[in-house]
Amino acid sequence: MSHLVYRKERVDRGIKVRSDDIFILASLRDLSYATLPKTLAIVILLLFPLLKDLVGTYWESVLVTTIVISLLALSWDLLASAGLVSLGQALFFGVGSYLTGWLSRTFALTPIMSIPLATLVGALLTTLILYPVLRLRGIYFGLITFALPLLLSRVIEVTKILGGTEGLNKIPPLPNLTTELYILIVVLLVCIYAYRRLITSDYGLVLQAVRDNDRAVMAAGFDIQRLKAQAVFLAALPATFAGAFLTHHFQVVGMQSFALDYSILPLTSVIVGGAGTFFGSVLGAFIMIPLSEFLREFASLRVVIYSLLLLIFAIGLPEGIFHFIRRRYQQFERMTALEGESDKRGK
Amino acid sequence: MANEPILRIVGLTKSFGGEKAADNISFELVPGQALGIIGPNGSGKSTLINLITGFVKPTAGQIFFKGKNITGIAPHKAVDLGITRSFQMSRPFYNLPVFKNLIIPLSSPRARRSRGGKYGDRDETAIHLLEEVGFERDSQVPYKDAGALPHGYLKRLELARCLSLEPEMLILDELFSGMSMSEIASVIPLLEKIKEDGCTLVMVEHRLTELFRIIDKVIVLNFGQKIAEGKPSDVMKQEAVMKAYLGSEVVESA
Repeated sequence: MSHLVYRKERVDRGIKVRSDDIFILASLRDLSYATLPKTLAIVILLLFPLLKDLVGTYWESVLVTTIVISLLALSWDLLASAGLVSLGQALFFGVGSYLTGWLSRTFALTPIMSIPLATLVGALLTTLILYPVLRLRGIYFGLITFALPLLLSRVIEVTKILGGTEGLNKIPPLPNLTTELYILIVVLLVCIYAYRRLITSDYGLVLQAVRDNDRAVMAAGFDIQRLKAQAVFLAALPATFAGAFLTHHFQVVGMQSFALDYSILPLTSVIVGGAGTFFGSVLGAFIMIPLSEFLREFASLRVVIYSLLLLIFAIGLPEGIFHFIRRRYQQFERMTALEGESDKRGK
Repeated sequence: MANEPILRIVGLTKSFGGEKAADNISFELVPGQALGIIGPNGSGKSTLINLITGFVKPTAGQIFFKGKNITGIAPHKAVDLGITRSFQMSRPFYNLPVFKNLIIPLSSPRARRSRGGKYGDRDETAIHLLEEVGFERDSQVPYKDAGALPHGYLKRLELARCLSLEPEMLILDELFSGMSMSEIASVIPLLEKIKEDGCTLVMVEHRLTELFRIIDKVIVLNFGQKIAEGKPSDVMKQEAVMKAYLGSEVVESA
């Protein structure tokens, strides 16, 4: 028996098996196992704006950027669930930004009016812009979305509409940083909740089916062009909101709203955090954005280190940090004998 | 008017480049009839199905369903009218439980219109449908991932998917392919029942013996052309059909 071969085996924690079922309510231990991670994250998030004196306004404004990118990443994740891989989240962001800027300048709307209006109209507008290219699949759709924000910013530059290269300034501000943060946090939480509900509903199942086998969905009697358009609209909402919100935060909107950053940063967040769960993409943003702020100390080496870290994450944990953490939380690894145990396992 | 054709095809032609995958095909089908479409590989059987169901747009000719011109209709609209098809390569959603696979067609506009039902009710309907096509309810199989299903069950799942849409005309693309004799034997009564319930069947098949037990009428295709039409027993005696299937030399020497 001395030459037994061992291999690693992954086993669900008993508490996970139980909490997958109705028995979750049986004990406080099970209950906390299932709800603690979420509750903890929400509580920390909600407390953060109150710690202004402790963390300083600088990190509070980093949180603003983080949540904005989180919203763009969430939007990306929903699009990807329907098989639409976007490389141009800046399109939604920029359209939302410019709309709210134009609305508040032209009609003298307050942010309470212009942000929701820009969110809705912006989502509608981007859906219309993307409608003709929805039949493209995979990389072709991605390339078009990549090009569109760059195209729109050039159009603004050349035609000098919407302030041209100088943009629109003197856009009405939001009350104060704490209020801003709470609005953002609530929107973020509502968005995660709504998306997770959506994707597990029958409708969400159909959206995911479009990604996996669109012919089968057509054969089931769905207009997939329409489904994809609906997915774009639903996914555009948090992204156009993010654009509109940040415009009022900075009180100015310019061509940089269509900048590559707003396409790339959500993408890196999803790569690091892991796609498909919505939690993952948000977690990714909460890691990558503060990280890039830390890296400011390294000046021009910042991009190098950032890229290297991204590379390490992408190769080391291709499933994403969230999936990794969740698995660690739900399962443990142990060694199990490979030989001599075969008759036992054969049962 | 009772015998007005449910499907009428007039001069249907589809060319891919210079190749004619369907060449001036015409036929009619009476409601409740079962039609078999046979022919050698590459004779245009699947193209014909794709044309009827709107997955491929014809170059020329017309298709009428219940008197309505449906030439070049969008696939989802064809389903909405009651034309349902299966795929030769059944590709289910492997990472979903078997019964969840049926939630997708069950939440389609057509199924919602005829069955109603809210989120959750559909699960029960799905299990029902699976029972109908021969899944045992208590076996836990409906709750397993579709990826774990053996081939025969995948075909049944494909059939359940079609039935969930309550078709008026059901088009089956090589349902029997890859099934064992006993699996086919167990599916045949089901097909007969579908036919009894008044559903018009169109079957593309290579397994002729089994096919002829179900169908009333057969069409033989070769190089995109209809070379024969009629009762299965009569058609197979025709020289053109034997040539197409066996090659001309064999027929001449026989």
